[in-house]
Amino acid sequence: MPTDPRYDYSLREPRVPSLPGWSPEDGEVTMDVRLDLYRTLHELRQFEKRAYDLFMQNLVKGTSHLSLGMEAVAAGFGVAMREDDYTFATYRGHAHSLARGMELGPAMAELLGRENGILGGKGGSMHLTDAANGMMGSYAIIGAHLCIANGAAWSAKLRGTDQVAVAFFGDGTTNIGAFHEALNMAKVWELPVVFVCENNLYMEYTPIDFVTAVSNPAADRAAAYGLERIVIDGNDADVVYLTATAAIERARTGGGPSLIEAVTYRSGGHSRADPGKYRPPEEVEAWKGHDPIPIYHQRLLSLGTPEDSLSAIQREVAQAVDAATEFAKLGSPPGPESLFTEVWADGGSSWRN
Amino acid sequence: MGGRGVELAELSYRDAVAYGIAQEMRRDPTLVMLGEDIAAAGGVFKTTVGLLDEFGPDRVRDTPISEQAILGAAMGAAMTGIPVIAEIMFSDFIAVCFDMLANEIAKSRYMTNGQVSFPLVVRTANGGGARFGAQHSQSVENWCMMIPGLKVVAPSTPADVVGLMAASVRDPDPVVFFEHKSLMATSAEIPGGEIIDQLGTARVVREGDDATIVALALMVPRAMEAAEQLAERGISAEVIDVRSLVPLDTQTILDSVGKTARLYTVEENPRLCGWGAEISSIVGEEAFWDLDGPIIRITTPHIPLPAADSLEDLALPSVTRIVETVVESMDRA
Repeated sequence: MPTDPRYDYSLREPRVPSLPGWSPEDGEVTMDVRLDLYRTLHELRQFEKRAYDLFMQNLVKGTSHLSLGMEAVAAGFGVAMREDDYTFATYRGHAHSLARGMELGPAMAELLGRENGILGGKGGSMHLTDAANGMMGSYAIIGAHLCIANGAAWSAKLRGTDQVAVAFFGDGTTNIGAFHEALNMAKVWELPVVFVCENNLYMEYTPIDFVTAVSNPAADRAAAYGLERIVIDGNDADVVYLTATAAIERARTGGGPSLIEAVTYRSGGHSRADPGKYRPPEEVEAWKGHDPIPIYHQRLLSLGTPEDSLSAIQREVAQAVDAATEFAKLGSPPGPESLFTEVWADGGSSWRN
Repeated sequence: MGGRGVELAELSYRDAVAYGIAQEMRRDPTLVMLGEDIAAAGGVFKTTVGLLDEFGPDRVRDTPISEQAILGAAMGAAMTGIPVIAEIMFSDFIAVCFDMLANEIAKSRYMTNGQVSFPLVVRTANGGGARFGAQHSQSVENWCMMIPGLKVVAPSTPADVVGLMAASVRDPDPVVFFEHKSLMATSAEIPGGEIIDQLGTARVVREGDDATIVALALMVPRAMEAAEQLAERGISAEVIDVRSLVPLDTQTILDSVGKTARLYTVEENPRLCGWGAEISSIVGEEAFWDLDGPIIRITTPHIPLPAADSLEDLALPSVTRIVETVVESMDRA
């Protein structure tokens, strides 16, 4: 039995959603955007659910980190970003990849380790990348990619393209040195970069407040880098979209970096192996009542969208996910010749003559 | 090498660094550089003097003491179309940003099946002899050599600094470029005009028949001096400057061993897993029947480097140690 009472989870105060959701004073969101958000939310949800089912069938090997319950952050930003903007994500990057336009089939095939995967089976779940769509990579050792996003933002500035780089990361990342190095340099160089902390309240298996000196792991650090303190409801797609639009616009027009803390919650565990038992049941229940998809469904209904239109979108997405699954299952395992390709830019791996 | 028939000029190894960078920045207006104290201060080793004045603050940028941010910025810029030269002040500091180098820069091309390229050079001051102690004197080229996806270069002369810098900058893959601190003050003539060299090429810097001595960076002039002394004792040593560890010119080494039948490596790395171990292994596997005696590695012992001059001199391979090792082993034959 652990001696530290903090590890008696029955004593833990459940942390329940408390941030305000969207209201008209927050700004207008057009119906086209809203339907795009709705479709994206469903695409991410249904893809991740299917990925989970495929793990259970042992078709997905290794590990995988799902964004179930956290889709509104990826969707809100994905819809707000310009086609040529840059996304940098962590190992929990399926949602961020799809939200930038990665095709479902090649994404699913990559999880299955197939030749027709977006990375030819060489990267896997934790490294989804689609450079042609501005998805510049999923980085599995947290922190580094904030520094790399700075580089892409610096490059955009040098090339005069007014592109913006957006880096997504979890609450746990705020305690690694690269987070602090990246924020400082971004501010000193006034880079067009947006840092988005998805605070799902747990760094892997440990409550973030056990291991962090401040209660809002990202926002409470903002002042140290001359940045505004921003905490939002990360489960409200409209709130995320409007916040994203403002931060991206600011970066695009020379206003420099932003740091956004989007509070959200994983429906499941940290990774494939984790049932998430360390969370108080009341907390899990409370967040089920604050799931981004029912919130958005209700909002669209209340704004007059017919139920039929919404269910049609759901059906289309379901068909697309089925088709992606078939595409993935039909893929061959990568052939041995690909083992030695693409170490170098000449396509090969030779290190000697 | 270019510049044939053009007037020669004397240049120090130190000045050759800025000379080589300037050559490339003039050629490619998109090339940028970043690092600690590299702009107004001209670098702590004065290897970037004059670059800020010529190319301006947008292309020559001072950074905070944030090695991860430096290499991250270099990586992100390179993968989005801006070639970069990043400086890590002392090569020992590579340990602070090894995640960037070993996990991100080196592997991302392979992991993404070739979706992204990294035209970047990481320059760093390497090696001992300056009495800086264990944290500012290491030779860490072997740390980089062991990572698939990194190219590794360590020039020993001013002309090679310029030519290999050009080759590194023009290479579409990440190159770690080791500048030796104890060679900074050395000078040599370099040809005028544009100088471009080639990665993956070793150079026979002295021909000989009895023994092959393979060396890198500061160990090259020591091996050359040792070869002079060996000649006085009737041993004709061939000296090879490896120059590039990745890609590695094994052919030049194997050809030489085929001629001399003896191989000595002179490494500044501590004993375990220095680059000479890899070369010894290749020669052992592929030229064993050409050898008349055991392959011998002359290295820094497996200890951290001490600061006191008397101790550091004992630790690094010296001319005397090279000569004695070669003579003793030949006597045993």
